[in-house]
Amino acid sequence: MIEAQDIRYAYPNKVEALKGVSIKIEDGEFLAIMGQNGAGKSTLVKHFNGLLKPSQGKVLIDGVETTKSSVAALARNVGFVFQNPDHQLFSETVEEEIAFALKNFGFKPEVIEDRVTWALNLLSLTQYRKTSPFLLSGGERKRVALASVLAWDPSTLILDEPTIGQDHEQKEKLRQFILQMQTQKKTVVTVTHDVEFVAECNPRVILMKEGKIVADGEGKEILTNPALLELSSIVLPQIAQVFTKLESLGFPKDVIDIYEAKQIILKAKERQR
Amino acid sequence: MAIIETKNLTYTYPGATKPSIVDVSIKVEKGEFVLITGPSGCGKTTLCRTFNGLVPHFYQGELKGEITVAGIDTLKHHTYEIAKHVGLVFQNPENQLFALSIEKDVAFGLENVGVPREEMRRKVDWALNQTGIYDIRERSPHEISGGQQQRVAIASVLAMEPEVIVLDEPTSFLDPLSAEKIFEVIYKLNKEQGITVILVEHRLDLTAKYTNHLIVMDEGKVRFEGDPRQILSNEETRLIGVGIPKATLLYQMLKKEGLNLPDKTPLSSEELANQLLEELKQQ
Amino acid sequence: MSVFDGLRFRKVSSPIHNLDPRIKFVYVIGIFVVAILFFQIIPLLILFLMQLPFVLLARVQRQWLRSLRGASFLAIFIFVVNVGTTYFTSGYHLAAPNIENAAAMTLRFVVLVESFSVFFLTTSPDHLGLALEESHVPYEFAFAFTTAVRFVPVLAEEAQTIMDAQKARGLELEKGGLLKRIRNYVPVLIPLIVSAIRRSLELAEAMESRAWGATKKRTNLYLLKLHKGDYGLLAITIGILVIAVYIHFYVSIPTITSLL
Repeated sequence: MIEAQDIRYAYPNKVEALKGVSIKIEDGEFLAIMGQNGAGKSTLVKHFNGLLKPSQGKVLIDGVETTKSSVAALARNVGFVFQNPDHQLFSETVEEEIAFALKNFGFKPEVIEDRVTWALNLLSLTQYRKTSPFLLSGGERKRVALASVLAWDPSTLILDEPTIGQDHEQKEKLRQFILQMQTQKKTVVTVTHDVEFVAECNPRVILMKEGKIVADGEGKEILTNPALLELSSIVLPQIAQVFTKLESLGFPKDVIDIYEAKQIILKAKERQR
Repeated sequence: MAIIETKNLTYTYPGATKPSIVDVSIKVEKGEFVLITGPSGCGKTTLCRTFNGLVPHFYQGELKGEITVAGIDTLKHHTYEIAKHVGLVFQNPENQLFALSIEKDVAFGLENVGVPREEMRRKVDWALNQTGIYDIRERSPHEISGGQQQRVAIASVLAMEPEVIVLDEPTSFLDPLSAEKIFEVIYKLNKEQGITVILVEHRLDLTAKYTNHLIVMDEGKVRFEGDPRQILSNEETRLIGVGIPKATLLYQMLKKEGLNLPDKTPLSSEELANQLLEELKQQ
Repeated sequence: MSVFDGLRFRKVSSPIHNLDPRIKFVYVIGIFVVAILFFQIIPLLILFLMQLPFVLLARVQRQWLRSLRGASFLAIFIFVVNVGTTYFTSGYHLAAPNIENAAAMTLRFVVLVESFSVFFLTTSPDHLGLALEESHVPYEFAFAFTTAVRFVPVLAEEAQTIMDAQKARGLELEKGGLLKRIRNYVPVLIPLIVSAIRRSLELAEAMESRAWGATKKRTNLYLLKLHKGDYGLLAITIGILVIAVYIHFYVSIPTITSLL
């Protein structure tokens, strides 16, 4: 379980990025943290693996304060996938890249071999085992970065803006992948501003603005609340936009799923007959 | 008269095993707002770079076929000549700004061409105003947001008064609200200044409504070209991997279930909402 | 790092900041020449004190003092070496004039460092770049300079992000002996270098797309004009040089020890 107790954080240049944030994330939850650039989303999640330690307040991972642990120790259970894979890739082969963290964590060579094979398989990268990561396409490099974090099987996965620069297919695969992680009871936290992606996943959503949490609830409710979204500079998902304009027909406003939308409209037509 | 015309354009990057674009033949008329889309790796980025000569001059390699841009055969002219007619805005805002103040960046192209100072000042101010960044013109690029940075990039291309502005996924790194603002700026330039716009985008839910000339690419080839309403209703487009706007998908689902909606495929939430209001208000 | 702290520019407006960088540079060279001309402590002391009005007018006291602190380590070293050599070569004698000499050498070093510090503290990189552009340095160099300065904060942030990303994969930068610690930085350096190369490529594309190389006769949006203050500083510099040369040749300067 990840818990932040009224934490504050100020960067060295004195800018206060977190102004009293409290949050509890249970094991196996899927959470999306949204908000404008500069709202503090990345700053918050960097506290979950100890990259940042709060200036005030406590962050507890499975009951242990992050200030009492090193980043390497915390990373063993909290895997962080950064936005730009090129900030991580440095090895001669994909295989070595994936093995990097495993070596750092002290896994035995036979175990490393197995884990690498497993991770390659999971992300359809087996054919690139001996390829240089620098020769792969953007999407493939993103998968290598993901594989290198999954390899050590952390119980929590943090994804920082995973949908940037991805096309429709890639986003769909990502969504499937997150669902798969959920069936394996992993906690998934994603920082994103992609409303359509969040609308399709419908996770718990936390909205941040200027270093504070302004909303915490079901994706459906938050993503269809125009006042909230206005506050944090996010647009309504397209289905919700349609339904906002259909208020006069007495339709509910909290619709983000396309199938639900279809049912509501067809039922309304039925009632008319 | 077509402002851009290509015939059987094929290009392979040096060292690549297969061509990035194959047999591409398209025609863009002056003043159009063209939208190019397709899954990652389909060749749209390469195609953009043929419009101002980066392909083949910067990247080397062999470009086969014909291409004429603003009356210029790009194979026979330097990029710096073509740049006066075609501006190119790239994906990453940070790596397009090199000066220490915004207005100096906007002036960069004009300085390169040797425009006299007074004329340059006028054009820079005009471009800054058109993109709504006049007030921040003295700030440095690192201090401003990604959305503002992209507007600077657009302004610096606009200052050269090109006939065509090409934008390669300009909003990839931006949040939806900033992205919308960028599209509004581009649309305004197209409608008010008559600048031909070629926009490469994945987010059709935000951009399909601006165009009546959609080009869908896949594996280096042009698969569909024409009216977006037709193309986006086509099942094949979805199978290629193009992200159809949710409003359009919902429309198709409702029509399939027998709902009596007009034949005009909606491209935005407004259009669909209006169609539904019409249909369901009848008592 | 504190020496570099004293050289960093802050965006402040003051009469000194607004002076033409070329004239400021001429002034600094002038101080440089005068400092070399004298080895007596009194003129050097005067030279040092002459910087103070500039520092105060430009309101950069705090940073200037920080750079002084940074230079102090080297200054003490110079002082000790000077005293040491005279001590050992004069048969283990420590006489007042020798100490005064050593102090003078040290002060000369300090004056040189501090005049440059004031220059960099009160001249924005924009101004510097502009001065380079307007001088007859090839445009490529001025461009390389301003672009480098522009990307310094970007690269610094990126280096931090890369370190964070690798730490999050269990990399422990501080662990191990010297050799291991150097090897620990490979996963940080390689992405940094690759990213720099990629960035250069994108920049080059953007430059080409904005008609880089269209003509050798580039024009400039800005123009550096000389104002009254600049002519004033020029006059002061020439005045100092003239007085200094005169004193050097025609006036005998007493040492402090002789005055005591």
